[in-house]
Amino acid sequence: MPTSSYILSLTIWVPILAGVLVLFLHHEAQKPAARVVALVGSMLGLLVAIPLWSGFDNASAAMQFVERTAWISRYNIHYALGVDGISMLFVLLNSFTTVLVIISSWQVIQEKVSQYLAAFLIMSGLINGVFAATDAILFYLFFEAMLIPMFLIIGVWGGPRRVYAAVKFFLYTLLGSLLMLVALIYLYNVTNGSFDILDFHRVPLGITAQTLIFLAFFASFAVKVPMWPVHTWLPDAHVEAPTGGSVILAAITLKIGAYGFLRFNLPIAPDASQALSGFIIALSLIAVVYIGLVALVQSDMKKLIAYSSIAHMGFVTLGFFIFNVQGVEGGLVQMISHGFISAALFFCIGVLYDRVHSREISAYGGVVNTMPKFAFFAVLFAMANSGLPATSGFVGEFMVILGAMKVNFWYAFVAATTLVLGAAYSLWMVKRVIFGDIANDDVRALTDINSREIVILTALALLIIFMGVYPKPFTDVMHVSVDALLKHVAIGKLN
Amino acid sequence: MIENKLALLAIPMLPLIGALLAGFLGNTLGRAFAHSVTILGVAAAFVLSCFVFQDVMAGKTFNGAIYTWLVTGETRLEVGFLIDSLTATMMLVVTFVSLMVHIYSIGYMADDDGYTRFFAYIALFTFAMLMLVMSNNFLQLFFGWEAVGLVSYLLIGFWYKRPTAIKANLKAFLVNRVGDFGFLIGIGLVFAYFGTLDYQVTFALAQNFKDTIIEPVPGWQWSLMSAICIGLFIGAMGKSAQFPLHVWLPDSMEGPSPISALIHAATMVTAGIFMVARMSPLFEMSETALSMVLIIGAITALFMGFLGIVQNDIKRVVAYSTLSQLGYMTVALGASAYSVAIFHLMTHAFFKALLFLGAGSVIIGMHHVQDMRYMGGIRKYMKITWITSLIGSLALIGTPFFSGFYSKDSIIEAVKHSQIDGSGFAYVAVVLGVFVTAFYSFRMYFMVFHGKERFDDVHHAHDHDAHGDDHEHHGLAKGDKPHESPWVVTVPLIMLAIPSVFIGLYTIEPMLFGNFFKGVIAVAPNHDSLAALRSHFTGWAGMALHGLQTLPFWLAVAGVTLAWYFYMKRPDIPAAIQQKFSVIHALLDNKYYLDRFNEWAFAGGARKIGNALWKFGDVTIIDGIMVDGTAKVIGWFAGAARVIQSGYLYTYAFWMILGVFGLLSIVFVKLV
Repeated sequence: MPTSSYILSLTIWVPILAGVLVLFLHHEAQKPAARVVALVGSMLGLLVAIPLWSGFDNASAAMQFVERTAWISRYNIHYALGVDGISMLFVLLNSFTTVLVIISSWQVIQEKVSQYLAAFLIMSGLINGVFAATDAILFYLFFEAMLIPMFLIIGVWGGPRRVYAAVKFFLYTLLGSLLMLVALIYLYNVTNGSFDILDFHRVPLGITAQTLIFLAFFASFAVKVPMWPVHTWLPDAHVEAPTGGSVILAAITLKIGAYGFLRFNLPIAPDASQALSGFIIALSLIAVVYIGLVALVQSDMKKLIAYSSIAHMGFVTLGFFIFNVQGVEGGLVQMISHGFISAALFFCIGVLYDRVHSREISAYGGVVNTMPKFAFFAVLFAMANSGLPATSGFVGEFMVILGAMKVNFWYAFVAATTLVLGAAYSLWMVKRVIFGDIANDDVRALTDINSREIVILTALALLIIFMGVYPKPFTDVMHVSVDALLKHVAIGKLN
Repeated sequence: MIENKLALLAIPMLPLIGALLAGFLGNTLGRAFAHSVTILGVAAAFVLSCFVFQDVMAGKTFNGAIYTWLVTGETRLEVGFLIDSLTATMMLVVTFVSLMVHIYSIGYMADDDGYTRFFAYIALFTFAMLMLVMSNNFLQLFFGWEAVGLVSYLLIGFWYKRPTAIKANLKAFLVNRVGDFGFLIGIGLVFAYFGTLDYQVTFALAQNFKDTIIEPVPGWQWSLMSAICIGLFIGAMGKSAQFPLHVWLPDSMEGPSPISALIHAATMVTAGIFMVARMSPLFEMSETALSMVLIIGAITALFMGFLGIVQNDIKRVVAYSTLSQLGYMTVALGASAYSVAIFHLMTHAFFKALLFLGAGSVIIGMHHVQDMRYMGGIRKYMKITWITSLIGSLALIGTPFFSGFYSKDSIIEAVKHSQIDGSGFAYVAVVLGVFVTAFYSFRMYFMVFHGKERFDDVHHAHDHDAHGDDHEHHGLAKGDKPHESPWVVTVPLIMLAIPSVFIGLYTIEPMLFGNFFKGVIAVAPNHDSLAALRSHFTGWAGMALHGLQTLPFWLAVAGVTLAWYFYMKRPDIPAAIQQKFSVIHALLDNKYYLDRFNEWAFAGGARKIGNALWKFGDVTIIDGIMVDGTAKVIGWFAGAARVIQSGYLYTYAFWMILGVFGLLSIVFVKLV
């Protein structure tokens, strides 16, 4: 589609340029200006992404909004962009969430305002690049570069153990991605010098090569998701990150790992994917049950939601590796839904933290008495997190469980325990934080959410309910791409 | 075929709109607005339901989609309605009881700060319940199923300052989720094997899978239909509070009385019964499942009745009675007498809502005392409440000519003729249950309405465990007497008392022996446990007269007499029994120790395992050994190199970002 071929570039570079611009507004007196520029920049970023949705051709499995320019000719590296039904929604999700994060930092962040806002804007552009890149090196660059602003956000604006958390986060994710680079270079060789991801999809590979490539990508993406047992960086990162950092981390960066499975592991190594699916499914189910139980005993709200995220992402990887439509689409729906819900929950914790400066569940109790509006949202989001039908949290889990039942009774059986576990940890927290009589003077002194907070939470609430009541528009986008992917995986590369 | 899809859609949507308006604008526009708008919505839904019922009577039904929820693979998941005699009956019951409860709540909730919130919740409940019963597919059924659970959660915890209330609502939600787990497995199996979630398509396809065997564990063969039905029934056990998932219902009495009537007696808890009746074509294919239904129902019917005997909180007596009656309905399902189960569901909805609202009226009259030991002789002060409660109690114990007689007697007859495994036990349980029901019902009746006035005793007692609604002080002032409730409370009582008497004799013939459920409820010829009753049936009067000569009637008379003797004549006897059989009393008083077991095994166990996994798995093994261990080794090597580095993370990061910019900028050079 040559007519619309600058849209993806715009979604990447508009936020980044806005971020750079904001960096120049770093004087104390320029704080308000920095905020306004950042907000406008993020909104522009969302605006330029909207044509992806409105102009998307649901009937095509091919990459759309394609851009392709030679970049480093010597290695045949291209600045190549494109989205299909698998990646398109994430560009929108990311651009949208960035707007909310900018709004949420309006009052809360008073230190190094311009740098903070710039980090988020730049990160937003880079993340869009990750989802849009169709050249492996370009993908890799965005994939790695995106870590830097996140690293800074945690390391500079984070809590007391921020350096430990930041380094843990950085090392964990970096180690995995080095192996991915090796795999990419190997693939470059077997494709006779191409870094085009679609060429990687097509190139025939033996089972040994596939297995090694699979494991290399797996090392990188499993950390990002994160899958059990490489998940322990996430709770630490969340606890130390400022609210905005947690929101992006949970809502967007986790999705990059899962996206990588669909973009790299499944199509490049379809036979290895099938051979190793039992292993991935086992890890996913462990995530649902083990992590669900661990979430139950957390006393820190952010840790609890972090663990809950891991359990919910277990559904995503489970869905992907059962290789049927319900599974893969359910996994994708779960990713988007979790983007909304986890963002909403971290915003909620942020609201409380800004007022009381504690994330401990025991520091609260009876918040509903002083913050009834907030309580309404908190209960709604907790219910969505426990997968209540008519919220988005239900759709993905339901589809994955249906898909899993087609493959193996016990996959569905174990996965369905989330009905009990998810409700237990979400609502037990609600009981202790929101309900009850006023527990202490901090709670008594609470003021209800202001209009800015209401805007953020309402936007997320509406999306969560809309997606729960009418998920069809979201899945319609995915059908053709997912079908093509599943066919490709079913055929394999060995014949 | 019903033509007007819009009218059908309006039935659930009007209460929803009422709920949204009351919920979001109630605080601004006031109490009168909140109750008017919700009552208007529910009343309109009731009127429309009457018209729908008329259409169904005229042979017009509906089965169609409203909109497509999503398409996945070959399957189209839709939101849609199936309107037939079963649905229409449920719609009438739900909207009528809901309307009564709405009106009643104007009086009952008058002093409450959460007035508008309350009306928003009960209207929302009505919406969810209607979506549940009107559904034509499992997806929407599950939506309604969980949505009524949500509202139940919100209403049990309505007085959120009370620790007991917020414990009870969490418990209710989680126990229901255990049931829903089974329910979802059942739905998953339906989808996996039939590729659809539509009822009619499922029923049609199921015929081909009658003998399908699945082997989830190699060598262990299950019948597919049994697996599906048992899964679905586990869901019903949660929602309809069947043993051992019944534990949440008694605690749900923490909510205001009107919702105990609406949700935890008349409608929501009967959703499981409705669902099994709706799935009768599936259950008919699995005698294993039917047998399980029968036995679980029988256990619930009898053993929950026993617990009613030792309760002193007026609402808890009615709650255990509800459990027991739900057990009766379940027994009927297990005996393949689905129409009888629905019949009892309907009569029970009226007389149990009446009893709960009557209890609520007493509680208002007593200024929020719920302990029957501080009541007595109230009949003098609250005449309407007294008479209507008496009617409710007579209906409950199955007095001939009252509605409860027809439904309960039919259940007993059906079980008697059932050939399903366990029907012998179930028969004993339901017959014995008649005595128990009569005893605890009239124990309550006599303690509350007759005998010595014990209002002042509350001031002597320090025991406040049975305190009432959320008020600073409760109990009558010294020397004060209870007073009859306002008309908004008594009118619903009267309106419910009328069907409690007459609905049974009026509807038994079409519902049980006529064509009312023809084509809606399926019964295999060899499961037709109603055949004997049908052949003997000579009309409602004949049945009632015959009922006077049967064992259940005399058991009921015995129960009432014993209650009268124990609590009116010789109150010393129950006290003596209680002492002499203290072990049994302790067992009953502690609800067979099930709560404690659950608390210890499941709630405690999950936390213990969670803690162990976290402390040992995450902290010690993964972080302690794998992550930090690796970092230490690296750190040791890096120590040497560190000298020549600046050590500022920001510097490194800055250079990395600059590198990215540099590389990417080349693109733009090329573009130009």
